[in-house]
Amino acid sequence: MSDENLTAPYMEVDAELCKGCLMCIGVCPKKVIEQSKKLNSASYHPVYYAGQGCLGCGMCFYACPEPGAIRVVKP
Amino acid sequence: MKIYEKPAAFYDEFSRKGGNVKTTHYCPGCGHGNIHKLIAEALDDMHLTEKTIFVSPVGCSVFGYYYFNTGHFQASHGRAPAVATGIKRANPGSIVISYQGDGDLAAIGTAETLHAANRGENITVIFVNNAIYGMTGGQMAPTTLLGQVTKTTPLGRQEDLHGNPVRMAEIIATLPTAHYVERVMIGDAKDIAQARKAIRKGLQNQIDGKGYSFIEILSPCPTNWGMTPVDAKKWLKEKMTQIFPVGLLKDTTEGQEGKWYRQFADFVPEKTDAYLEQLVDVGHLASLDGVSAPDGLQCKFAGFGGQGILTLGLMFAQLAMRAGSKVSWIPSYGPEMRGGTANCSVNIAQKRIGSPLAETPNLLVVMNQPSLEAFEASMQPGGLLIYDSSIVEKAPQRKDIRVVGLKASDMATELGNSKVANVILLGAIIAALDLYPIEFVKESLKGIIKKKALIDINLEALIKGYEMAARR
Amino acid sequence: MTTQLMKGNDAVIIGALAAGCRVYFGYPITPASEIAHAAARHFPALGGVFVQAESEVAAINMVYGTAGMGVRCMTASSSPGFSLKQEGLSYCAGAELPCVVIDVNRGGPGLGNIAPEQSDYFQVTKGGGHGSYRLITLAPNSAQEMCDLTFLAFDLADQYRTPACLLADGVIGQMMEAVDVPKARPVPFDHSDWAVRGTPETRHLITSIYLEADALEAHNLKLAQKYQRITENEVRFEEYCTEDADLIVVAYGVVSRLASSAIDLARQQGLKVGLLRPITLWPFPSQKIAQLAETTKVFLSLELNSMGQMVEDVRLAVNGKKPVYFVGHCGGKNFGCQEIVDLMKKYL
Repeated sequence: MSDENLTAPYMEVDAELCKGCLMCIGVCPKKVIEQSKKLNSASYHPVYYAGQGCLGCGMCFYACPEPGAIRVVKP
Repeated sequence: MKIYEKPAAFYDEFSRKGGNVKTTHYCPGCGHGNIHKLIAEALDDMHLTEKTIFVSPVGCSVFGYYYFNTGHFQASHGRAPAVATGIKRANPGSIVISYQGDGDLAAIGTAETLHAANRGENITVIFVNNAIYGMTGGQMAPTTLLGQVTKTTPLGRQEDLHGNPVRMAEIIATLPTAHYVERVMIGDAKDIAQARKAIRKGLQNQIDGKGYSFIEILSPCPTNWGMTPVDAKKWLKEKMTQIFPVGLLKDTTEGQEGKWYRQFADFVPEKTDAYLEQLVDVGHLASLDGVSAPDGLQCKFAGFGGQGILTLGLMFAQLAMRAGSKVSWIPSYGPEMRGGTANCSVNIAQKRIGSPLAETPNLLVVMNQPSLEAFEASMQPGGLLIYDSSIVEKAPQRKDIRVVGLKASDMATELGNSKVANVILLGAIIAALDLYPIEFVKESLKGIIKKKALIDINLEALIKGYEMAARR
Repeated sequence: MTTQLMKGNDAVIIGALAAGCRVYFGYPITPASEIAHAAARHFPALGGVFVQAESEVAAINMVYGTAGMGVRCMTASSSPGFSLKQEGLSYCAGAELPCVVIDVNRGGPGLGNIAPEQSDYFQVTKGGGHGSYRLITLAPNSAQEMCDLTFLAFDLADQYRTPACLLADGVIGQMMEAVDVPKARPVPFDHSDWAVRGTPETRHLITSIYLEADALEAHNLKLAQKYQRITENEVRFEEYCTEDADLIVVAYGVVSRLASSAIDLARQQGLKVGLLRPITLWPFPSQKIAQLAETTKVFLSLELNSMGQMVEDVRLAVNGKKPVYFVGHCGGKNFGCQEIVDLMKKYL
């Protein structure tokens, strides 16, 4: 892993806690969140981080109505 | 490094709820979750979690206690501001959040909302306006927009049938004691950031004792609006804000001293005792030498309101109490107390007073003609009737009672104070019944009459009546 | 000297102060307003709280807030106002909050009038609001008891974590009598195991919501057991001349005072009559009445209402063993002592 990867901001989604409302996708300035085709155990299509490009701005965290579904880390 | 994650003010697990103990009970896209997060994050950052008391309403947010690791009250529908008042007044150091929906705050609880604001309660009200009843299944809310279809407005809300959406923030802002009123929304990132700021300001105001803060938050209800969360957000931003424009409506907290922090003192029994003692202090007590406690007196005192007839009865009762008797005094009670005449019953006994009413008095004191006519017939044979013959023109008729008439009102006017006619009658009663040594009465009156400047004239009046009756 | 002539309504506040209550929420209504007047004077003077609420509904919900912190608090009203408080009382009972409520009964139904009645017996003693619950109900018949039973009501409310009510009538509220002022006493209850106080350790939940059927049934059964304990331990009554009585009057409040005078009169005439005065209307002295039903011949329930309310509880207690009669006055009309003697003669 390169240094760049260690210091890059990222967001993560607990797929089991996501209700698929897509509010996070709407506010993401870099459009790096996508919706899964799979269902979680509550039968929602959860979102996931596309893998790169996150700014660590936290907008998706505030837009998400679930307390624990999204975590954003900005090293 | 900056990490955005579930605030610590939330419970780790929402274990009071069934199902997944990590998610809320709210529908996808519901704004309550966002607002909960903003509150929880503020409680963390401001170190308030441990002293916060969260008042949950009836409505979708009835389960606030599932989520926040704070103290909780679940309030009845609409009454959260009253409950919050009860909490805050007796515990001003706590942080009280009244969290309410539109039906709760703006319909069934309008009065509580307005008056808590008007009293300047030092609380933070979070008003979640989603223009519909959520928990009960999508009925019209007071904030439902014109044309909006709900379960109870199937053809859309119409002004001429249902009235207009109620703008609570604007109404609240008219109250001088509502110090901070702002409307925000759960819309885009910028809108949410503004909501975050408003919630923090509302809490800071409470810490600083700056009084009532009202934060209205426009919030999506995709389920009951019948929309996807994405469409719901769009509708909120495009339609709701037309009727409910976001922004600061009022802020008078700047430079305020924080006088809305209302102290509440702990109960100190010794202090209470001292207070009660001075409160019930009967004042100067006369010597009981030669005084025997009267017994078996059923008395009626009657006249016009303003003549001091009720006070006469009261003085008579107080004398008997000081002499060691049991006493009761009760004013005429009922519709006639609003009219021109007044009367009271006084019962005096050595042991026990059964009926406090004087149905068949053995002492009747009257200061006007109607009272004489009303009560003369009820007297026990052998009883004493004393009347103010300055006012009562037709003398009593009964032959089986003792009658003493004296021109008490005229005598009082001669003494220079028409108000002491009642005390002249008191002197006459004491003499006619030979009830107490006059020294006892004089000394007792010094304790009974609260206005010290009036003692001399009253004693003069007492002696006048006493001597007049004693001569007969 | 700590004895003073005072109105029953004022005596309520004296008793409350001595009991350590300094939080009052109320709304003006005749003939209970003097209680609010006294609270407005005395509570803030001792660093306490007096709030004139916007409504009876708000007042009882403010009580809910303070009571949920385990802090002694009260409200007072009269019949129509008490009706409005019923929802809040149901919440207080459901959430098990100790508080004291005074009802100075006036004439009803509807606006009725402001004269004394005893027509709130049902709405106070039978629960009154929604759900299965009871209010401890004390019925004073003197100014002294307005003071002492208020004090007791706070203790009972705290002991059982439930609202306690004083059911008075306009006469007892408006009448002045000598009242011995009790000594103030530290509150002997802690409540920190359930009360919410804005501290780290007291982050409890005050609620009456139990969504699951099992949970709500369990909660209700727990309440029922509590009410059973109260029934077993807290019955209070006063007897007067019942030992050899052939007729026993059952009466509370002002009527018990009138009846005791009537009994004195009747006894002078050789009538064997007595009085059973419930001091607690709930729990009702049913056992005592059942015992008396073994020895006496007839019961007469005298009440200030039109159709008889307490008489139903008397009949349940007597259980058909002896005749139970009811005579009432209402609208502010009261019994005369001679009238009661005549009634005794009629039913003996």
